[in-house]
Amino acid sequence: MPVLKRLLKDIPAVMGFLIIAMIILTAIFAWQVAPLPTEVYGSNILERLQPPSPDHLFGTDALGRDIFSRVLVGTRSALTIALSVVILAMAIGVPMGLYAGYASGWAAELVMRLTDIFLAVPQLILALAVAQILSRGLESAMIALAMTYWPFFARTVFAEVQRTKTSLFVEALEGLGASPLRIAVCHLLPNVAAPIIVRATLGMGFTILTSATLGFLGIGATPPSPDWGLMIAESRQYLPESWWYSTFPGLAILVTVLGFNLLGDGLRDIVDPRLRRSR
Amino acid sequence: MLRFTIRRTLLVIPVLFGLLLLTFCMMHMVPADPAAALAGENASLERIEEIRQLYGFDQSMPMQFWRYLLQVVNGDFGLSLYSHRSIGGDILLRLPATLELTLTALLFGTVGGLSLGTLAAVWHNSWFDHLIRLFTVGGLAIASFWFAIMLQIVFAMNLDWLPLRGRLPTGMTPPATVTGFFLIDSLLAGDLATFAAAMRQIVLPAMTLSLGSLATITRFTRSSILETLQKDFVTYELAAGIPKRRVIFPYALRNSLVSPITQVGLLFGGLISSAVVVEAIFDWPGLGSYLVDAILTSDYMAILAVTLVVGTVYAFVNIVVDLVHSVVDPRVAEEL
Amino acid sequence: MTASSILSCRGLCVSVLSDQGRIGILKGIDLSLQTGHILGIAGESGCGKTTLIRTILGILPRHARIDRGGLLFKDRPVPVSPRGGILRGSLGRCIGFIPQDPYLALNPVFKIGTQMMEILRWNGLPGEAAGTGRLADRKLCREHLIRTLAAVELPDPGEVLERYPHQFSGGQRQRILIASALIARPEVILADEPTTALDVTTQKQILTLLRSLVSEFGISMMFVTHDFGVISELCDDVAVMHAGCVVETGPTRRVIDAPEHPYTRHLIESHPDRGGILLAEDDGAMRPPA
Repeated sequence: MPVLKRLLKDIPAVMGFLIIAMIILTAIFAWQVAPLPTEVYGSNILERLQPPSPDHLFGTDALGRDIFSRVLVGTRSALTIALSVVILAMAIGVPMGLYAGYASGWAAELVMRLTDIFLAVPQLILALAVAQILSRGLESAMIALAMTYWPFFARTVFAEVQRTKTSLFVEALEGLGASPLRIAVCHLLPNVAAPIIVRATLGMGFTILTSATLGFLGIGATPPSPDWGLMIAESRQYLPESWWYSTFPGLAILVTVLGFNLLGDGLRDIVDPRLRRSR
Repeated sequence: MLRFTIRRTLLVIPVLFGLLLLTFCMMHMVPADPAAALAGENASLERIEEIRQLYGFDQSMPMQFWRYLLQVVNGDFGLSLYSHRSIGGDILLRLPATLELTLTALLFGTVGGLSLGTLAAVWHNSWFDHLIRLFTVGGLAIASFWFAIMLQIVFAMNLDWLPLRGRLPTGMTPPATVTGFFLIDSLLAGDLATFAAAMRQIVLPAMTLSLGSLATITRFTRSSILETLQKDFVTYELAAGIPKRRVIFPYALRNSLVSPITQVGLLFGGLISSAVVVEAIFDWPGLGSYLVDAILTSDYMAILAVTLVVGTVYAFVNIVVDLVHSVVDPRVAEEL
Repeated sequence: MTASSILSCRGLCVSVLSDQGRIGILKGIDLSLQTGHILGIAGESGCGKTTLIRTILGILPRHARIDRGGLLFKDRPVPVSPRGGILRGSLGRCIGFIPQDPYLALNPVFKIGTQMMEILRWNGLPGEAAGTGRLADRKLCREHLIRTLAAVELPDPGEVLERYPHQFSGGQRQRILIASALIARPEVILADEPTTALDVTTQKQILTLLRSLVSEFGISMMFVTHDFGVISELCDDVAVMHAGCVVETGPTRRVIDAPEHPYTRHLIESHPDRGGILLAEDDGAMRPPA
């Protein structure tokens, strides 16, 4: 496939892909790979706040749990949350974008104004407000995050549909009498698939960062969940002596988000050459 | 220019109205009874009823919304469910602190970003360029709360170069309020000691906050300048005898500003978001830490008020960005 | 009366590093611009005409290299540098440049006046030793710019200085560019297909303007073009380039009437207005097509 070949030439994108592959594998086999799986949830007070050692690669936390194992298992929730949020945001944003882009009239305008309104507030703050309103649990956090991200999907799809709807093949289909719904779903949507994938990849990175922030603030994840943000929040009172407690979960976030961003950038360069950054 | 500003401002009003509507809806989605929440835990039924009538909770939705609209426009955001203080008042008190931090971070991010991006573009494909490119992507993957903590560990706790938290060292009185910005006010009062202290306090929070903007602006400046350097007028200017450094600054740079400047507007949103956690970590007495406190106490009135205020500020920031955009590139003003 | 050579190239070889390795663009260019003449450089796209101009001006792209050869200015050798720009002091003030595309050559976000002032700053007023990067007397400089703009027949030159490029038509922008080339009253002007991007009527006007400026200011001009019609109308001499080499040179009339090299013949014959070229303007006698 020509797309794959071009992607392979882009070294940062390949690195991103490898990172993500590694992360996904980690998530799937976390429980098998973790050296001390019992310590993910079970505490071991005798070993609390131990610095990194061959036994405990990332050290231990305040309850004596092996941080390395916890970080590995934390990958599962990080990815699951991110995936759920992105899918939910897509489910809301893509149809809205399709509709606003293809249909004309006040309803379409309204949809775009709606995206403007949701985009009027910075993402984290909106997520905090929505999560607060809904109740404090994990599901609320996920819904809140989806609420902040769907406008990005809507806008991406809207822009693409606007570009494509004036092209000849759409006119031909309309001339043949195909219903607008059919045109939108069977013909316009496949064309928009590529930018959606780009947006979804970048959205994964964004969600992981933001959900870690929510976890840090105590929204969404609750103890004893091995959520990366939550671990960093817990670590604060033991600084600066137990520096490993904050450092490694943060590095996990860094590497994961970096992977998604690199891949997303690479995909974006391929999908839309107009947006191509000089490399 | 004036026409442009007015037109641009008018465009924003429907969005703000929609935002108002949104926060109003969210307020009424809360399962708890607002009157009971306001009255407090041990309030009698009569008291709750009193409050209900006082705040108009017994009226129809449209009426309530109208009341809400009027109140908001007058700056009345109601009382905090937790402290029972005027939310509007508290927001006003804390807003300058957040603005000072955010603008300092933005300044640092923009100036730093423009410089690093330009250098990276001019030294294209050098080791410096590769390092910068790594930074532009990596910088955006760093969680700001984590970065804040790392900086605290290194600079405040271990090296003891910079203070750990707060806007001023404990015990120091703030300068007389003119703008609410300690840095400016202390200079206006001629109080250099306070100025220096305030400077030291703002360094770590501002550095943390500026990370995202620095990375983004560096990236966009770099790619924009690389693109501009391919343009014909650059070749022409060189051919006409203008030395290369002068062609880059100011001639190529101004052409390259459109792309980074557009980012500044978009960045502001991220800055405000990050300010929430940064303020909480550094004990910075601004809107961000106010929001975090409100979250901890489930004070949804305060949360929604902050959301509304932030959305409005953000909208106006975007207007300013568009204005600057039109100054930098005169073709834009004619387009709108 | 023998014309002397004001600018000449001796054996210039320029190559470029590409994905396929090092490719030669100019393969030993020998040509000579006579003082007070207009030398046409003719050839199709890709023959190296633009690279030649860039080499003289010292603005070659990154992966280009000057392998061999040199330049002579008034019969004295001049150091060449691929990216050094026109070397100040030696050739600096003596060469002006008119670019091809007036829609792209001017910086869109700066006023015309600012851009011309910048050129003046680095080239110096006529009579000054060299451009020093400082503008001694702004008023004097501004008057000079206005005079130069008037010389290219632009109405209301003072206003022109205050405007932005997008406020002018293609023909007007080209006049501005010609004026910019004249700022330092250079002795040589290199013109890279300055009329290609313009419509036919405007083309004629610009060509007429160029010819009058050449005689008014005593300039020697190297005029690059692929259009033999323009050459027959404007140029005293012509050098035909093909695939990086000069295949034929000589006075325009002679080359058109009796081309020696097959490529020259091909260029002349493929011109759409073949008949027009072969009818001389200044030479009254009509000759039948070759």
